[in-house]
Amino acid sequence: MSKAAPQEVIKEPSMLKQKEMIDANFKSLSTANEEGRKVSSTFVPGNLNELLMCFDITRNFPEINALQNGMRKKSGRLIMEAERHGQSEDVCTYVKSDLGMMLQGNIGPTGDKLPDPDVLLLSYTGCFTFMKWFELVREKYDCETIMLHVPYQADGKITPNMRDYVVKQLKEDVIPTLERVSGIKFDIDRLRQYMRESAKAEDDLVWILQSAKNRPSPIDAFFGGVYYIGPIFTAFRGTEAATEYYRTLRGEIQQRLANGQGPVTPEGDFGKERFRLVVEGTPNYTNFREFWKMFYDEGAVVVASSYTKVGGVYDFGFRHDPDNPIESLADYCLGCYTNLSLPARIKMLCSYIDDYQADGLVINSVKSCNSFSAGQLLMLREIEKRTGKPGAFIETDLVDPRYFSAANVKNRLESYFQMLQQKGANQAA
Amino acid sequence: MTVQEIVDRCQALYDDLHFNVVKEWKAAEPGRKAIGYLPIYVPREIIHAAGMLPVGILGGGDQLEVIHGDAYYQSYICRIPRSTIELGLTGRLDSLDGMLFPSICDVIRNLSGMWQLLFKDKYVRYFDVPQTYDDNIAGTFYIHELQSLRDDLGELAGRPITDDDLRRSIALYNDNRKALADLYQFRAGQPWQAPTSEIYLLLRAGMVLPVEEHSQLLRDYVAAAGREERPRRDNCRVVINGVFCEQPPLGLIKSLEMAGCYVVDDDFLLVTRWLLDDVPTTGEPMENLSKAFLHHSAATSAKFEPDKADKGKFLIEQVRNSGAEGVIFAAPSFCDPALLDRPMLQEALNRDDIPFTAFKYAENTGQLQAIREQAGTFADSIKLWSA
Repeated sequence: MSKAAPQEVIKEPSMLKQKEMIDANFKSLSTANEEGRKVSSTFVPGNLNELLMCFDITRNFPEINALQNGMRKKSGRLIMEAERHGQSEDVCTYVKSDLGMMLQGNIGPTGDKLPDPDVLLLSYTGCFTFMKWFELVREKYDCETIMLHVPYQADGKITPNMRDYVVKQLKEDVIPTLERVSGIKFDIDRLRQYMRESAKAEDDLVWILQSAKNRPSPIDAFFGGVYYIGPIFTAFRGTEAATEYYRTLRGEIQQRLANGQGPVTPEGDFGKERFRLVVEGTPNYTNFREFWKMFYDEGAVVVASSYTKVGGVYDFGFRHDPDNPIESLADYCLGCYTNLSLPARIKMLCSYIDDYQADGLVINSVKSCNSFSAGQLLMLREIEKRTGKPGAFIETDLVDPRYFSAANVKNRLESYFQMLQQKGANQAA
Repeated sequence: MTVQEIVDRCQALYDDLHFNVVKEWKAAEPGRKAIGYLPIYVPREIIHAAGMLPVGILGGGDQLEVIHGDAYYQSYICRIPRSTIELGLTGRLDSLDGMLFPSICDVIRNLSGMWQLLFKDKYVRYFDVPQTYDDNIAGTFYIHELQSLRDDLGELAGRPITDDDLRRSIALYNDNRKALADLYQFRAGQPWQAPTSEIYLLLRAGMVLPVEEHSQLLRDYVAAAGREERPRRDNCRVVINGVFCEQPPLGLIKSLEMAGCYVVDDDFLLVTRWLLDDVPTTGEPMENLSKAFLHHSAATSAKFEPDKADKGKFLIEQVRNSGAEGVIFAAPSFCDPALLDRPMLQEALNRDDIPFTAFKYAENTGQLQAIREQAGTFADSIKLWSA
């Protein structure tokens, strides 16, 4: 299936709404210092968005800045700037993109100046690099740093000891520090209210992700999924705007289902669904659309992905719980995808292949993220063995354009799709 | 024993990638068990108290041909997990009844899951340690983790580990750390008498020998080295930093010495010196181990530094206390902890006018000429140009 060069990128109304939300947040960040609003920098996995809102703290997400810079083709020079200042070529490019941006005046992806943080809230969940990242950022700023250590679910379960440890940190360290930074006393009922909103949006998000069980799938749960998770994984979880966004999105997808349509791609309607895939790993952001096109040109739709779980795993029942707000925050942090053991990740991906009737698994292994990548080759073998479905393994990076080799990736994907074709994938479609 | 005899013994232990000494230890008494552990730190006292032999696993070095292990990892992952997998898949670790994977980085963390999948009949535990340091919060968590390890190992041993067992083991490891401190002090005072290529082999011996035997070996070495007449060279005194996980080949350490560097402190095999003070042998052993970890343990890249002002302080103290003239940052390729930490440590050294140089290595680095030249130039620059 080949498509003519697009005149204009096709976007759903929900995408436009999300763009407005993100732009507004960048604007809000850019004026935060001068307007005297307090600012936190914090990470996506295990983020405490509802809690930060209780203290009227504006949220800045360095990972989001990095990926937005990647999508806007700005990250390459930022990474090189960080390397010129002593960062190794071997380490995470999210970190280097962020540090490079700081070195160049901290102008954010939209061109607005990003604020100096008043607090660095390090939710240390599922990624070792986070710890060093905030130590590096802290070198530049004279502000409070909060470490929220979230233990790793090595045996595939949350133990009471893990939960108690996180709860204690929240109660005895995180909350008192945020009170001190903001000058606002903690109000648990305010937290409960935000969590009620979170749970509503989470219900809709799960419905949206699970709509991909239909044939044809009305969504792409990886490339499209990146957009769908945007608000709930970042500064908007717990807001009415997020609730409204997910309600709108759900409505759009309901309509697509009713019409028997597939996902919307940047070039319009998807066309015939030929292959249903599960994707493990992160996207590449520097060549996001080019990468996506390699899939939809072949009629390959992603029906489930692990990346849409890095900021929270909701499709196995977890919801932010206003009746147990602190414990629920702890469980949220503990349950994010990269905080799960390899066996638990394998089990989840196998269940996706079965539940979403996928034809195979694609692993996009990125150089930057050892948390995701270390062990993925064994995951591939195990999942192939358990499901009988073939897998493909490709290598790119998150935001370093030097590690995206379009020809190699395309070549490998085309071979994979040919193999799926020969195996008679999706014959029912 | 002479220095040569001790070094030869340690070299033989170092070269033996089949861990025959562990097999012999187990065979000497029916029912004995051995537990492997990866860098950086596990409380070996608990393993010992269970009557088991703690065995440090540090990858395959430059003598192991990695065939299977490379099939498990992408090119951008460091060497130690792939050679460790190789050791496991080729049966070299069969003598181990379990493996502990400490929280050091995402690669070793995920290796714990791989081990669960690949070696289903073995005891496997990811050993989480706190990254916060309050007794009431982190201590409570950590004591529970220690207790859980104690219960697991007690079950594996077929008998509970008593408090007295633990106190005895704590005393033995206190003694081992004392012997190591004496060795390090001896080297810092007379580095020409105790080359680091020998010290390193002594440390490595401690990864496979029972602690009692290792402590005696360390003392024997200091005594024997003190009797030797060795030439004193006008070398530069350096601290090596970054070698806490994947190990440099022995040839690299020798190359640094040949290039004119006396290594007077380092972060090799930190498990041996992680706890900086004696752990009390009275009172609650779990609580004592916890407090030692939280308040009296080494600073390293895998550990969060809560106070910005203290970043690099531990390294600077190493430099000052050992009388070093500079620092050599040697980090394994693709080592996130060491490489991300390095710029911050370098900045701290800059503030204190301590010179440094930096390079990367892999456990199987074979071409050492460039490193030797770099280290030699660094040593010369200090000797010729420092005030």
